[in-house]
Amino acid sequence: MANTKTSVRASGSLALLDALVKENVDTIFGYPGGAIMPIYDALYDHTQKLNHILVRHEQGAIHAADGYARVSGKTGVVFATSGPAATNLVTGIANAMIDSIPIVCIVGQVYAQLLGTDAFQETDILNITSPITKWNYQVTDPSEIPDVVAKAFYIAGSGRPGPVLIDITKNAQIDEFDYTGYQPVNYIRSYRPKPIVRPEYIEQAAQLINGAKRPFVLYGQGIILGNAEKEFQEFVNKSGIPSAWTLLGKGVLPTKHPLNVGMLGMHGNYAPNVLTNECDVLIAVGMRFDDRITGRLDKYAKQAKIIHLDIDPSEIDKNVKTEVSVWGDVKETLPLLTQLVEKKTHSEWLKQFKELNQKEYDVIIKPEMHPTEGEITMGEVMAVINELTQGEAVYVSDVGQHQMVVCRYAEQNHTRSNVTSGGLGTMGFGLPAAIGAHYAAPHRTVFAFMGDGGAQMNIQELGTILQYGAKVKIIVLNNNYLGMVRQWQQLFNDSRYSFTDIKSPDFAKVAEAYNIKGQRVFDRADLKPAIEAMLAHPETYLLEIKVRKDDNVFPMVPQGKGVSEIVLRAEDI
Amino acid sequence: MQKIEHTLTIYTENQIGLASKIAGLFSRRKINLECLNISPSEIEKIFRFTLVVIESEAVMKNLVRQLEKLVDVFIVYSNTNEEIIWQKMALFKVPTQNIIKNAKVERLLREFGANTVVIRDDYTIFETVGQDSDINKLLKELDKYGLIEFVKSSRIAIIKNSEGIHKKVMDMEKNHPIPDPIVNEYLDKKNLIFDL
Repeated sequence: MANTKTSVRASGSLALLDALVKENVDTIFGYPGGAIMPIYDALYDHTQKLNHILVRHEQGAIHAADGYARVSGKTGVVFATSGPAATNLVTGIANAMIDSIPIVCIVGQVYAQLLGTDAFQETDILNITSPITKWNYQVTDPSEIPDVVAKAFYIAGSGRPGPVLIDITKNAQIDEFDYTGYQPVNYIRSYRPKPIVRPEYIEQAAQLINGAKRPFVLYGQGIILGNAEKEFQEFVNKSGIPSAWTLLGKGVLPTKHPLNVGMLGMHGNYAPNVLTNECDVLIAVGMRFDDRITGRLDKYAKQAKIIHLDIDPSEIDKNVKTEVSVWGDVKETLPLLTQLVEKKTHSEWLKQFKELNQKEYDVIIKPEMHPTEGEITMGEVMAVINELTQGEAVYVSDVGQHQMVVCRYAEQNHTRSNVTSGGLGTMGFGLPAAIGAHYAAPHRTVFAFMGDGGAQMNIQELGTILQYGAKVKIIVLNNNYLGMVRQWQQLFNDSRYSFTDIKSPDFAKVAEAYNIKGQRVFDRADLKPAIEAMLAHPETYLLEIKVRKDDNVFPMVPQGKGVSEIVLRAEDI
Repeated sequence: MQKIEHTLTIYTENQIGLASKIAGLFSRRKINLECLNISPSEIEKIFRFTLVVIESEAVMKNLVRQLEKLVDVFIVYSNTNEEIIWQKMALFKVPTQNIIKNAKVERLLREFGANTVVIRDDYTIFETVGQDSDINKLLKELDKYGLIEFVKSSRIAIIKNSEGIHKKVMDMEKNHPIPDPIVNEYLDKKNLIFDL
């Protein structure tokens, strides 16, 4: 083969767009500005291949790309200009970093010769985003663009995924160079996305599992990120081990799977929290023992031998000391483990979960999901949603009480259908993330659940819907409070409600101004018909539901307590 | 757990901004860098960071893994003082008058293995290489003779049981040879290089 290269003169901007097309990018969320104008100028001719969604605030763009990535499994792409636009991305980048979501952010920067002069809209975005990106890089020469973009996509999407930022100076967007074509990258010499799988540890893990009387599986988002849902289900079905999920792991097993024993964590289900401290072998798969999962560490599963499967070596022994650590991609390690585990049913042990969860059902779930009097509850909204969607929709939530209610109660048949801000707890995430989710799955029903607080944090994105028509079913669960903080104030600050009482507009009227159909619901009798009307409407729809003002989310592991000290009622704290 | 001196050796790509990324991993955990040295390694384009922190074994284990997670970092070693050979260098500026007047100074310098770097009418500069305790002792002595200025370098260290990184990099390159230059499939059709 001849080594002759042929090339064309191309601007950095054009090379960038070509790279995006070759990376199979179909949707970009962005907002133009001075230092990224050359890229937008090039984009003007190529909107057939690259669908650009103009958001109303850069934070909206990054959360939309985040929601898009979570639902599609692809890498999200964001365009923003320098300075304030780049800093507006920061919250969303941090959100994607802590939740391991692959996003490539392309931001403009002032001309290279102006760097460091405090030029108009100049900010040191590389240093600002250093701790919250998996990798970032500044391009000052157009000839670097193809390689840097290739590296960016590879790094964002491989191993434990994460956000990547490329800062491109304006001259590098404008200047031409000899472009020889785009070549994707699948190797960087200093980067090891996956640790090598060691069979001896898998054997040790299998031995522990096979000898266990009360084994318990905790599963997290790592399985979804590794596209290993099938491998995980095979492991669980064969080993017969009761399995509980982290907030972001929801959906790996369908809600109704017989071995799905519920949600872990501070507001998770009763049984999995209590029995964490009674199992003899704990198998953690693709999760990171976040403090909201473990509660107080010195009271966490002390009796259990712990097996941890994770792709990121820095997560092993970080919070919880393991007996056997199985490093590697769960897509590779789980089938090896499944081969070695014995086929079993742990019916007695599973019965303990069912009994404790029944207790929770009687005390909490039943009155919350099927109340007969008083104002509407968030739980009963979910009961109606479950009845009408049968677990087939995409459920995007914001942050706070409603988030816990949605994640606890939404029935779900599929993976990549629960979108929520886990690690960072970013209020204002819900609406833009739902817009992104719509573009990832345009034919699915996408719900955006929000509280009255979070709904007002990125409410400007209704404008994005107005312009492009993302078909999102928006549900504002309005309790006239910043409910989660109010709950803590009630429980831990003697009901001193310091600035949690929040006034809100008529959300349906706000929607109307954006040409979005909507209505408000106050009475139980109107609830189901309203949700039916929303689902029947072919376009975006906003439903504001007035719910009980003083409801709390229970069960709860109070901060500083162990997981088995989980309480069912406020009186027990 | 007991906090002791650990020397970290970090092999990295030569990347702008990496020093601040590395430093950031310490500052966000409120860990002080006792000293930091960045220099080329035995391999072209690969850099070697040597830094010292006072921390517990458990924290160090976590830190090493966090550092290795950085895309541009090849490998990280954390060693106790027993596992390394380490040195620092110091420069001392002393008024030449005071030295000439004092025969003891010369003896002192010999005792500490210090060398003269510059002699001027107004001052003389000495250098010495050693560990903190030696350097500090000399500092204390020279202070008596009107020491004008003093500077001590960061620690550099060689790990006793280490083959360096040369073999590792060679193995890596062997397993992942640099691909041949891309042969473009659209040799005569320049417009088709683009997918746009």
